[in-house]
Amino acid sequence: MLGTTLILAFREIRRHLLRSFLTILGIVIGVAAVITMVTLGNGATAAVQEQISALGSNILNVRPGQRMGPGSAGESPPPLREEDIDAIREQIAGVRAVAGQAQTTATAVRNAQNWSTTVNGTTNDYFDAQRWLLSSGRRFTPEEEQAGKAVCVIGNTVVANLFQGVDPVGQRFRVKNVSCTVVGILATRGQGGFGTDQDDTVIMPLKTVQRRFTGNRDLRSIMVAVDDDYDTQIVQKSLSELLRERRHLTADQPDNFSIFDTRQISDAMSSSTRVMTGLLGAVAGVSLIVGGIGIMNIMLVSVTERTREIGIRLAIGALSGEVLLQFLVEAVVLSSLGGVIGVILAFIATLALAPVMGVPFIFDPLINMVSFLFSALIGVVFGYFPARRAAALNPIDALRHE
Amino acid sequence: MDAPLISLRGITKTFGSGAAAFQALKGVDLDIATGDFVAVMGPSGSGKSTTMNILGCLDVPTSGEFLFHGVHIEKLDRDQRSLLRRRYLGFVFQGFNLLNRTTAIENVELPLIYRGTGKEERREAAMAALEKVGLSRWADHTPGELSGGQQQRVAIARAIVTHPDVLLADEPTGNLDTERSIEIMELLTDLNRSAGITILLVTHEPDMADYAHTIVHFRDGLVERIETKERQE
Repeated sequence: MLGTTLILAFREIRRHLLRSFLTILGIVIGVAAVITMVTLGNGATAAVQEQISALGSNILNVRPGQRMGPGSAGESPPPLREEDIDAIREQIAGVRAVAGQAQTTATAVRNAQNWSTTVNGTTNDYFDAQRWLLSSGRRFTPEEEQAGKAVCVIGNTVVANLFQGVDPVGQRFRVKNVSCTVVGILATRGQGGFGTDQDDTVIMPLKTVQRRFTGNRDLRSIMVAVDDDYDTQIVQKSLSELLRERRHLTADQPDNFSIFDTRQISDAMSSSTRVMTGLLGAVAGVSLIVGGIGIMNIMLVSVTERTREIGIRLAIGALSGEVLLQFLVEAVVLSSLGGVIGVILAFIATLALAPVMGVPFIFDPLINMVSFLFSALIGVVFGYFPARRAAALNPIDALRHE
Repeated sequence: MDAPLISLRGITKTFGSGAAAFQALKGVDLDIATGDFVAVMGPSGSGKSTTMNILGCLDVPTSGEFLFHGVHIEKLDRDQRSLLRRRYLGFVFQGFNLLNRTTAIENVELPLIYRGTGKEERREAAMAALEKVGLSRWADHTPGELSGGQQQRVAIARAIVTHPDVLLADEPTGNLDTERSIEIMELLTDLNRSAGITILLVTHEPDMADYAHTIVHFRDGLVERIETKERQE
């Protein structure tokens, strides 16, 4: 019986090609929109996650002062010092590397070229913490770190802007008013979180930056890389306890420092893109429902238009159930056809749009499957009412219908 | 003689209810033998169409008994009546009632589709039925491309493709000119003789009724008189 009604449904669709196409257009657009939105959204989420994991995983960033909130405008909190680094390294278990950072922005000049970049004062531990390799040259020597020599390791963006066609290692260039020698070049990392260019940096020994640029012994932040075998949250807790003790905070005083977990940032950003994806998908889903109403519309018109046909079918012995099934199958075949075309259209659209939007193309079989099944379900739901109406017709009245 | 194929006893049919009620049939008694060719005549409103609808199992009587092959039809529900139509009855209508935009052969196949006949067998049976009405050359034409007479012959092919016991024809020549009407009536006569199909024909043209062996005259919801002609064999 189902096979029979399938034949009839396909015949009917073939007979009204244009009308069938227009009927399913809503479903086609709905399915294509849902899949495209979700696929591109997933791509964006993946891109964000990739960027953030490029920041280095399992990294805690300690900064003086609270992030925000009341009380933050009072006296400035005590700065972090190099002694804190030693204390962390000695007293906290599960720490892979600790690197203090002093940071400033400065204009780098070589020959006639200017480039405004970030100057990062840190130690060799920074490379370990970030698991950042050099593409050429070397790290700092202990003497350079101890004495605060004017040497630097530079990122590829700086290389590209100041050292076209020259091997920068061994070359000298001026950063603000300090003339420094390039000893190494960082491997390319690309964009970091929040769209920052990680390769746009000049790394110098911590002492050099403190003496020549910031003029104090303060650390802007301390980067703590957690051993992969340890739980970041536990390390974060003991880190917080250690710093409270070192800063002589009593139990009722709030922290006057803050610890960022890169994974928290990563989670927050992925969840926000996920929410956006969900929202866009939901909006597209509404169009899918509108498409379903379109199908119901046409099927209702079709029942009225084909009343005589239904009468003929009933007269020659079709059961009510068979007429119901015929119209239902027709609606489901129509909407599923729309679903299939929508899936194909979405595939082409995402393939074309992903590179334009700069997100990776990730084919998600689940959303394709779900959208297709949903389109078929829409056929059942919106096809049922017209189908029931057709099946309930009285054959005599239906035959008399003009 | 055997028990009649169809037997109506005290059939009444009332449309509407209360003050607006209209009694279309007021107690019809009628027996139809297997292989008979019956013409039903009568003026409009005499109840002949209502009787045909009941005989065709498209409608149910308000009261009375309707036996078909000795089975009480008045007790069957909608789907059982559908199955009965599918198995035993064939219909030919005044307005042909073919599916538009559907080829002749597909129209003829339709009853077989509901019977669940396989594709090959279906095509063969439909072709044979079209052959019988002389339209095998037109199998792939849609009703729009056929003349009225041809359309009615396709409708007859559709009615006989299932080898029904009874063929009900409701004014089959009403929309046709005399020449085509004669063709159709000769076709029906032939089916009655060679295939032994019992034919119930509604008509108001005496010329057409002449083809039948039995003529039933209706008047005011009752059978007025029955004429029986000698079979010329």
